[in-house]
Amino acid sequence: MSHATQSQDRSRDTHRRSDMMFWLQGRLSQIVIAPSFFAILIVVYGFILWTGYISVSESRMLPNYEFAGLSQYERLWSMTRWHIALKNMFVFGSLYIVCSLVIGIFLAILLDQRIRMEGALRTIFLYPMALSFIVTGTAWKWILNPGLGLQKFVRDLGFDSFTFDWIIDRDMVIYTLVIAAVWQASGFVMALFLAALRGVDQEIIKAAYLDGASLPRIYTTIIIPSIKPVFLSAIVILAHLAIKSYDLVVAMTAGGPGVASDLPATFMFAMSFQRNQLGVGAASAIMMLVTIMAIMVPYFYSQLREQTHD
Amino acid sequence: MIDVNYSAGRLSFSHVLGRGFIYGCLIFCAVIYMMPFLIMLSTSVRPLAEIKSGTIIAFPREITFDAWTKAWGEACIGTKCSGLSSHFWISLKVVIPSVLVTTILGVLNGYALTKWKFRGANLVFGLMLLGCFVPFQAILLPMAQTLGVFGISNTPFGLALVLTLYGIPFSTLFFRNYYVSIPDDLVKAATIDGAGFFSTLWYIIVPLSPPIIVVNIIWQFTNMWNDFLFGASFSNGDGQPVIVALNNMVNTTTGVKEYNVDFAASIIAALPTILVYVVAGKYFIRGLTAGSVKG
Repeated sequence: MSHATQSQDRSRDTHRRSDMMFWLQGRLSQIVIAPSFFAILIVVYGFILWTGYISVSESRMLPNYEFAGLSQYERLWSMTRWHIALKNMFVFGSLYIVCSLVIGIFLAILLDQRIRMEGALRTIFLYPMALSFIVTGTAWKWILNPGLGLQKFVRDLGFDSFTFDWIIDRDMVIYTLVIAAVWQASGFVMALFLAALRGVDQEIIKAAYLDGASLPRIYTTIIIPSIKPVFLSAIVILAHLAIKSYDLVVAMTAGGPGVASDLPATFMFAMSFQRNQLGVGAASAIMMLVTIMAIMVPYFYSQLREQTHD
Repeated sequence: MIDVNYSAGRLSFSHVLGRGFIYGCLIFCAVIYMMPFLIMLSTSVRPLAEIKSGTIIAFPREITFDAWTKAWGEACIGTKCSGLSSHFWISLKVVIPSVLVTTILGVLNGYALTKWKFRGANLVFGLMLLGCFVPFQAILLPMAQTLGVFGISNTPFGLALVLTLYGIPFSTLFFRNYYVSIPDDLVKAATIDGAGFFSTLWYIIVPLSPPIIVVNIIWQFTNMWNDFLFGASFSNGDGQPVIVALNNMVNTTTGVKEYNVDFAASIIAALPTILVYVVAGKYFIRGLTAGSVKG
C-alpha cells in the first residue's frame, strides 16, 4: 500500500469517526434530556390523564376503575359546597388580582421617583414572598382574631364599639383571605412593574416633560401604555396563584367557619383525603386544571409567537 | 426612572409637598408590610400571661425565650411533644438533595435544549414549560397511589422524589432561558477545537452559569421548603417536613393555646427562607421575575 492511499484511508477513517462522533454528540443532547422529559411526560401528562380517568370512574373511598360516565361531575356540580368554593374563588381571585395590581403599581411608581433607601424599602415590600403561606396564614389568623388582635387592640385604645371580626363572619371571611394574599403578593407585582418602568425609554419621557406634561399625565398616557405586556404577565401569574391557593386557606381559616371560605383547592383535598370521594375530588381537580389551562395556553401561545416574531 | 429635577434645582413648595407625600406613602406602606412579622417577633418573646391580659399587638414588657426553646424542643404536635427540631432536620434532608438534583438536571436540560438543538426540541421545551403551571391537585391522586405501589409513601425519600420531579420544569425553564443568550459561536468554537458535548458543557457553559445557578437554587429551595400540599399529602407523623408540622402544631387543640410558642415556631420554620432572602435577595427577585415574565 502506498503512502498516499494509506493517509487517504486514515483521513477517511477519521472523517467517518468524526461523523460518528457528531452523530453521537447530536444524540447525546437527546439522551441527556430524555430522563427528565419522560419523567415529566409520565408524572405530569400521564398523571393528568389518570386523574381524568378517576374522575369518570366509580371511585369513592378506594379507586374503582369501573366506567361511570360523567356521574362524578354531576355529583360535583350538584354539591352546594362546590358552588360556595367557586363563588369564593371568583370573589377571592378578582379582588386578589385587582388589589395586588393596584397596590403593586402604586408602590412601583412611588419607588421609581429617585427614592433614598430604595433598596431597603424594596426588601421590605417583597419579603412576604419568601415566607411560607402557613407562616403568614398563622400570623394573620391571630392578628385578625377579634379577641386577640386588631379588634382588641383598637378597643383597648378606647374605641369600645370598634368591630373587626370578619374572620369569624361567614359572609366576610373570604375578604380576610384577600387581605393576607394581597399583602403577600403585591410586593412581587411591585418588583415586576419596577423592572418594567426602568426599561421605559427615558428620552421620550424627558421630551414629554419638557413639553410641559405633568407627571401623572406622563404616567397615564406614555409610561403605563408602554408596559402593557407586564400587565398581562402579572394578571396571568396572579390568576394562576389564586386558583392554586391552598396553604393560605388551610392555615388561616381551614375553610371555615363551616365551609364559608372553601376554595376549589381545599375542596379537592377534603373530598379526596377526608370525605372518601375520590371521584368527586378528581373531577374538581380536572375543573381546576381546565380553568388554569384556559388562561395559560393562550398566554404561552401569544408569548411564543412574539418571540418568533422578534 | 424619572428625573424631574434636571431642569435646575426647583425646590418649590409643591415639589417639597410632593416628595413628602411620596415618602409618607412609602413609609406608611413599609410599616404595614413589616407589621405581621414584627408582631410575630414581639409575641414570640413575651410571656403567655402578658399576652393573655392584652393583645398580640404590643411591645414586650418582659423578654423571655422560653417560647423559642419550647417551640424547638417541647411543643406538642398532635400527641407527640418534642417540638419542631426533628421536623426541621427532615425538611433539610428532603430539600437539599432535591435542590441539588434539580439544579444538575436544569443545567443539562437547558444546555441540551439550546446548544445542541435537535428536531422537536421546542416541543419538548413547550411540554416541560406547561408542566410549571399545572395545578398539583390534578396529579395528587395518581402520585399518592404510585408512591404506595413503590412502597415509598410517607418516607422522606418519596417526598424528595416528588419535589424533585415537579421542580424539573422550572429549573429547565431557568437554565434554558439563560443559555439562549449565550452566543452559539462559543460552543461552535469549542467543538471545532475538538471539545465534545460534556467537555464543552464543563469548560464553557458551567463557568458562565453561577448567576443562574444561584437563582435556581434560591427559587427551588424557597419553593420546596415552603411546600405544604405535597408534604401534607405524602408524609405523616415523624416524617413531616417542618411547614406541615408547624401547621399541625398551631392547630393542636389539646391544652392551653400558646400564641408565643406558635409564633416562635413560625419564625423558626421561616428562618431558612428569610435567611436566603436577606443574603441573596437580588437573586430571589431575579428568579421570581425570570420565572414569570419570560413564560
